[in-house]
Amino acid sequence: MAATEAPAAPGTATRAVPEIVAHRVDRPVSGWLGWVTTTDHKRIGALYLATALAFMMVGGVEALLMRTQLAEPSNTLLSADRYNQLLTMHGSTMVFLVVMPIWAAVANYVVPLMIGARDMAFPRLNALSYWLYLAGGIVFYGAVFFSPPEAGWTAYTPLSTGPYIPGNGTDAWIFLIHLTGVSSIIGAINFTVTIANMRAPGMGWSRIPLFCWSVLAQAFMILLTFPVVAATVTLMLTDRHFGTCFFDPACGGSALLYQHLFWFFGHPEVYIMILPAFGVISEVLPVFARKPIFGYHAIAASSIGIAFLSTLVWAHHMFTTPLTTVVLAFFMLSSMVIAVPTGVKILNWLATLFRGSINPATPLYFAAGFLVLFTLGGITGVMLAIFPIDRQVHDSYFVVAHFHFVLVAGAVSAAMAALYYWFPKMTGRMLDERLGKLSFWLQFVGFLGTFLIQHSLGLSGMPRRIYMYASDAGWGTENLISTVGAYVLGIGVVVTIVNVAWSLRHGRRAGPDPWRGNTLEWFTPSPPPPHNFDVIPRVRSVEPMRDIRHAIAARTAVEAET
Amino acid sequence: MDKGPVNPRLRLTSCGPAAAVAMTAAAAALLLAPVAAQAGTLLPERGGSPNADRIASLYALVLVFAGLVFAGVVIALVYALWRYRERRSPVAAQIRGNARLEIGWTVAAAGLIVFLAVWSLAKLDAIESPDEAAAAPAAVEAGIVEPGPGRSLRIEVVGRQYLWMYRYPGGVYSYGEMVAPVGVTVELDVTSVDVAHSWWIPKLGGKIDALPGYVSHTWFRIERPGVYTGQCAELCGRNHAEMRAQVRGVAPERYVDWLERQRALIREADEQVARDRAGSGA
Repeated sequence: MAATEAPAAPGTATRAVPEIVAHRVDRPVSGWLGWVTTTDHKRIGALYLATALAFMMVGGVEALLMRTQLAEPSNTLLSADRYNQLLTMHGSTMVFLVVMPIWAAVANYVVPLMIGARDMAFPRLNALSYWLYLAGGIVFYGAVFFSPPEAGWTAYTPLSTGPYIPGNGTDAWIFLIHLTGVSSIIGAINFTVTIANMRAPGMGWSRIPLFCWSVLAQAFMILLTFPVVAATVTLMLTDRHFGTCFFDPACGGSALLYQHLFWFFGHPEVYIMILPAFGVISEVLPVFARKPIFGYHAIAASSIGIAFLSTLVWAHHMFTTPLTTVVLAFFMLSSMVIAVPTGVKILNWLATLFRGSINPATPLYFAAGFLVLFTLGGITGVMLAIFPIDRQVHDSYFVVAHFHFVLVAGAVSAAMAALYYWFPKMTGRMLDERLGKLSFWLQFVGFLGTFLIQHSLGLSGMPRRIYMYASDAGWGTENLISTVGAYVLGIGVVVTIVNVAWSLRHGRRAGPDPWRGNTLEWFTPSPPPPHNFDVIPRVRSVEPMRDIRHAIAARTAVEAET
Repeated sequence: MDKGPVNPRLRLTSCGPAAAVAMTAAAAALLLAPVAAQAGTLLPERGGSPNADRIASLYALVLVFAGLVFAGVVIALVYALWRYRERRSPVAAQIRGNARLEIGWTVAAAGLIVFLAVWSLAKLDAIESPDEAAAAPAAVEAGIVEPGPGRSLRIEVVGRQYLWMYRYPGGVYSYGEMVAPVGVTVELDVTSVDVAHSWWIPKLGGKIDALPGYVSHTWFRIERPGVYTGQCAELCGRNHAEMRAQVRGVAPERYVDWLERQRALIREADEQVARDRAGSGA
């Protein structure tokens, strides 16, 4: 290996890195006040993670309530309005309060560590991001005590703007979008600046860890699309309260315009939720296959390609609306093209495993589960892109299955992989492997049980967002299977939560580098000190930590495994 | 599996896929066998109208390729996880990429996508454009459409919370159930008077949104008399689940009879209302 000189000798840095100049030293604030006033990216990451997991429990209970209602025909457990409220809360919660914040949590915690920075570029803005997110969640759930929103997470007009839904739940939804949107925009600026400016000496653009590349691509999508949705829901707010007519056809507005504006944000949003998942898989697979990532440049480039293409495919959510054939054909082709960079990533990940030496630890289980289930979700995505086919399956349970394959099996599996992979770094303790594998199998089997059968339900004509179906529809058996699967999936998630709670105190001590990682976060103790690194090593490849292990092995004459 | 040193490229391109090809062929056969029989489980509903049938055929083709790709990925993954596990493969090969292989599979993926896109676009017109075939002689005789190809009956579909209304030529209308003649291409102009709805009768083709302020178009052509059911597919409020739609395909002469009966009923009801109004107004 090339790295033979001292990797971390002080004074070898040849480039000035931004550093914090201290004029006075405050005593560290301890206790809960320390958490509330913190600007430490690691503590903010932990706050994000804890809050997102709490909302995940809430969103999961909402899902189980809906699945229980649908377990048998003509069930009377939930009323129609209650069901519509639950589907709206569930969707909005999972998108804005769970999946996006989980990636904010992971990115907050590991991006500065991976690039060898002492904190984010703007630590106080970083804290503001978190508190805005929490405020968005509180405002949204405050509506539970008044009139929860019930127009779906997409809040299509005129249902959401006209006199069709009593109460002001939709306003709570609008404020959820605003608060979490501003939170995400600030976060995106922060990550972009951090990754652009605060990398360790020697870490050129082609040595940035792939997770950071995916966060960077995600940040650009957030900057491009969240302002659009912010404007859109503001127009909706003025339509609702101040007599404007942007989306109401009764006075010259356009219901279709809202759909265009919403999905211009809404489709990139899907990739905002899944790109960091790609990043996690690109980090986990090489470490557990003991082999460099196959095609680093292709994977980084495909992240950028997906980010770019994702802004050109929005109308594939609108294939059933009155659009001209040429528009339909354009969005069909652009949506199909996006399968190419995605497919390239999957093949690169498979090639990373080939001829490796695979360590079957829990993060690898979740990464492998991701590959199976996300591939299926991606393939049904190509089917949906073909708009004559979409006309049959759009707004049916086929689509429900498709996006849960992408977002639950994709984003949540990868988040689980990330949790099992980085928990030792965050806490200094390992998560229990047996509970981890049990959780994986429950989630994998439960997930397939819940969502595979839903493709058939959609094909046989069951629309989404219905609170009941009659027994003569013949959907009873499939729905029962799906509901049982949902409970198994729920138990699987609870096993991981229990694992986290138990391992926080009783987990095996991890040490700084339990997985023999490739990236710089494994160079510092677990959990890292507030300033992250005593010395920041010079980076000479895309796997600086591996170079360091080799250098140490060369100096101490102790054989290091790769 | 031999354990000797093997050129990495050979290993990746020849060994895995060799087994994979055989197994994907088996998987494809498994997929294809039930395809014919399993509308609604593996395929979209069909059997009511040609556009539904054509969508189902297009779907079946895409499903076969989807199945092959998925089976290929899963087989490669399972093989890699098993063959290269730590115990059996203690030393990992340090390969960082292979430009030719990567370009190859990018081109292959793009090629498959292009094939599916071209195939779909080729099938597009037959699904999208109303069937041009001449109406059944009985329908021409009954005076529903003119003789010759390219003639169709237009019915207006109006969605409202939580009911579908249908307007037939000549001022006749009905609610809930549409009556349509068999052997005639029926073109639908779909709209809404309140919120967004979506018109969907799975056996009669894909869905189309009913948006206030817009008119969407779709069509069907029923060949066998019968009742075809569906329901609103766009969340339209609290009773969305109960917004059912139904099309009854009847013989052309029975359609004309029904139209007359419905016209008489409407006239009778209108007169009744007018009498009541006059009575209460006086």
